Amino acid sequence: MELVEAIILAVLAASTPLLIAATGELVTERSGVLNLGVEGMMIVGAACGFAGAWLTGSVFIGALFGMVAGTLMSLVFALMALGLAVNQVATGLALTILGVGLSGLIGAGFVGERITPAMHLYIPVLTDIPLIGRVLFGEDGFVYFSIALIVGVWWFLYRTRAGLILRACGDNHVSAHALGYPVLRIRTFAVMFGGACAGLAGAYLPLAYTPFFVPGMTAGRGWIALALVVFSSWRPGRLVAGAYLFGAVTILQLHAQGWGVGIPSQFMSALPYLATIIVLILLSRARTGGSTAPAALGTVFVPDR
Amino acid sequence: MLDPTPNGQHSGDSPLLRTSGLTKRYGDFLANDSIDIDIWPSEIHALLGENGAGKSTLVKAIYGLIQPSAGEIRWQGQRIVLSGPSEARCLGIGMVFQHFSLFDNLTVAENVALGLDGKESFKDMSARLEQVSKTYGLPLDPRREVWQLSVGERQRIEIVRALMQDPKFLILDEPTAVLTPQEADQLFIVLERLKAEGRAILYISHKLEEVKRLCDTATILRGGRKVETCNPRRETAASLARMMVGGEIKEVKAASGRKTTVPRLVVDDLSLPPADAHGVRLEHISFELKGGEILGIAGVAGNGQDELFAALSGERLSKDPGTVVIEGIAAGHLSITQRRRLGAAFVPEERLGHGTAPRMKLSENALLTGHAASGMVRRGFIDTAATLKAVDRATETFDVRKAKRDPEAASLSGGNLQKFIVGREILRSPAVLVVSQPTWGVDAGAAAVIRQALLDLAAAGAAVLVTSQDLDELAEIADRIAVMFHGKLSAPLAASDASREKLGLLMGGSSLEPEEIAHAAGA
Repeated sequence: MELVEAIILAVLAASTPLLIAATGELVTERSGVLNLGVEGMMIVGAACGFAGAWLTGSVFIGALFGMVAGTLMSLVFALMALGLAVNQVATGLALTILGVGLSGLIGAGFVGERITPAMHLYIPVLTDIPLIGRVLFGEDGFVYFSIALIVGVWWFLYRTRAGLILRACGDNHVSAHALGYPVLRIRTFAVMFGGACAGLAGAYLPLAYTPFFVPGMTAGRGWIALALVVFSSWRPGRLVAGAYLFGAVTILQLHAQGWGVGIPSQFMSALPYLATIIVLILLSRARTGGSTAPAALGTVFVPDR
Repeated sequence: MLDPTPNGQHSGDSPLLRTSGLTKRYGDFLANDSIDIDIWPSEIHALLGENGAGKSTLVKAIYGLIQPSAGEIRWQGQRIVLSGPSEARCLGIGMVFQHFSLFDNLTVAENVALGLDGKESFKDMSARLEQVSKTYGLPLDPRREVWQLSVGERQRIEIVRALMQDPKFLILDEPTAVLTPQEADQLFIVLERLKAEGRAILYISHKLEEVKRLCDTATILRGGRKVETCNPRRETAASLARMMVGGEIKEVKAASGRKTTVPRLVVDDLSLPPADAHGVRLEHISFELKGGEILGIAGVAGNGQDELFAALSGERLSKDPGTVVIEGIAAGHLSITQRRRLGAAFVPEERLGHGTAPRMKLSENALLTGHAASGMVRRGFIDTAATLKAVDRATETFDVRKAKRDPEAASLSGGNLQKFIVGREILRSPAVLVVSQPTWGVDAGAAAVIRQALLDLAAAGAAVLVTSQDLDELAEIADRIAVMFHGKLSAPLAASDASREKLGLLMGGSSLEPEEIAHAAGA
């Protein structure tokens, strides 16, 4: 029982940064922009988040630092890919390389420092319920926030007019422009939202997951978040399922090693990507028409004026 | 309501919309040069002109999509400056785009909502959508996604969307280009009704007969300038065309004494499954094409014409070699290059990306189709002089206008590039030419050159297969016309017997009466 609870708690903790980063990227991609710089925005978010928390002693302010840093990184991307209509794939990859370097620079002075990690919720009686108590009522604020975030994004995309317009930009930017929607402005906001989410997801790592900063601590989580968006076929509901599945795989990989299961850990680490490829194949086989990906994803748009 | 005449008396003292001196400049290029146009209520006003005459620029400025460089727009006497389409929509200006401004992966209702200002709830909007579509006889299912719909249905969405704003003035950009004649007739009924309700319509079209039938006034643009405003009912199609082109259009003439000899292209019971989810299944297509003959294939786009072209050109192979026979040799399993060696040549619909590699020079593009059978390659090395000579010959013979001797394909205008592509294939003297939409989006002068070239090629003994959506074009050059619908090909009708009504019925999927088929087969 103890072990099951521990595994569930570990899975939730491992899944939360994936869910937050992927939610942001989902919104970005739904607007038609492919930002491959998630890993870079996350790692800068981690460094700045830790710096913020260390300097002020507040996890909350640290999280804000992370979001602002991620947003600033995404603005670099927006300037290049939207403002100057540079190839999005190249810009995104460059952003990741920039982010890895920048985070090492920012975080250099903080390596070896410790902070007090994010508090976990404690409600007497409820949290003490065996098995589900700590899972439901004993998490840190990030976990609850991530759930609220994805529900909010679902509601925004499918229940609000602004969300409809954002999806329209991702489907056909020429039509959206012809109807008078400011495609580039909408996409800039979507990219900024993606950046803020990636920064927050990065900040989660030193603020709640492990209470210290290590260079390169995102360890490919940004790439898993990108794969996750594809895995979810750009749907918020499937994104939640995928995030916990991918989180579970990373945790199981650790436990499998502990139990002495004879599967190489590298194979387990590769599972999320393998799963994404399989889902992509299944989707394209099962498709009857229309496109699962936003039709304008990754294409450059230059309005004529 | 009085019938308004261009220079006569109108009810009310000021027009609904007036542009004066409207100018739009792109760098050195004047897309619109000081255009004055008046639009009155209850008027269907045609806007005519060749490609590049400035029609689209003008309506974009009126709809607020682009800002004019000079001149002014007055709406009901008031000077207006539009910062965007939503302002135009607020005033009561609606627009139906030529290339539909729809979102394939959204539902009909969502598409309509995006064209409105969003002041009412989605539920109210959906209810109103149903009501408007019923009132005007434009049936639509609001819950379906656009990619599932036919072209005609898609246009209905555009029109309903525009009508939901209760516009006083509606702009339609080539609305009938993709419709069957019957669908076009239904559209005309709707337009007449809108006119009777006191709305004004600006109608852009290339189809002069249609304009004569429908429109009260016509403004003709040429090279960015207004040439004339006239009453199209008092003009002939030829006089309108003259004003558009600024000179006589050479009439296309079939050379006499064409010989129908041996079958050069035979398609026998060709069936192919669709290549992808959006594709069309080809079902039991059979026809025989003799030398000296032009067979036209009509039909609304997306009924299998692209698939048939791919099967004939060898872009898609058939399991049974005997389904496509070129010059007596079973070729269904042969590649494009092998088919070219048999004497076939192919001109696809898409000029850039399919017919030519856009960023490559013309000489390189000549090589791409000519390498198999034109002696441009010697022992694996390119004979640059030969490729340049091919470009020069095509340029000379077909009057291809370009800035330098050997520019990139993408730098040519649509009409000139099409002349080059058709010329490139014709100058190889093919035995069989398969050409798809030869004059799509090409101005009248270039179209005449291309049609004449096809006729001359047939007269020289080649078999020519032309797929086109333009019935007038097929009537002009084809000996026989067959219709594609849902991947099936009708029995060919003799061109003399193929009335618009009959073709229209076939294009809509109706079959002709048995005696008509018997008649057609006998022809």
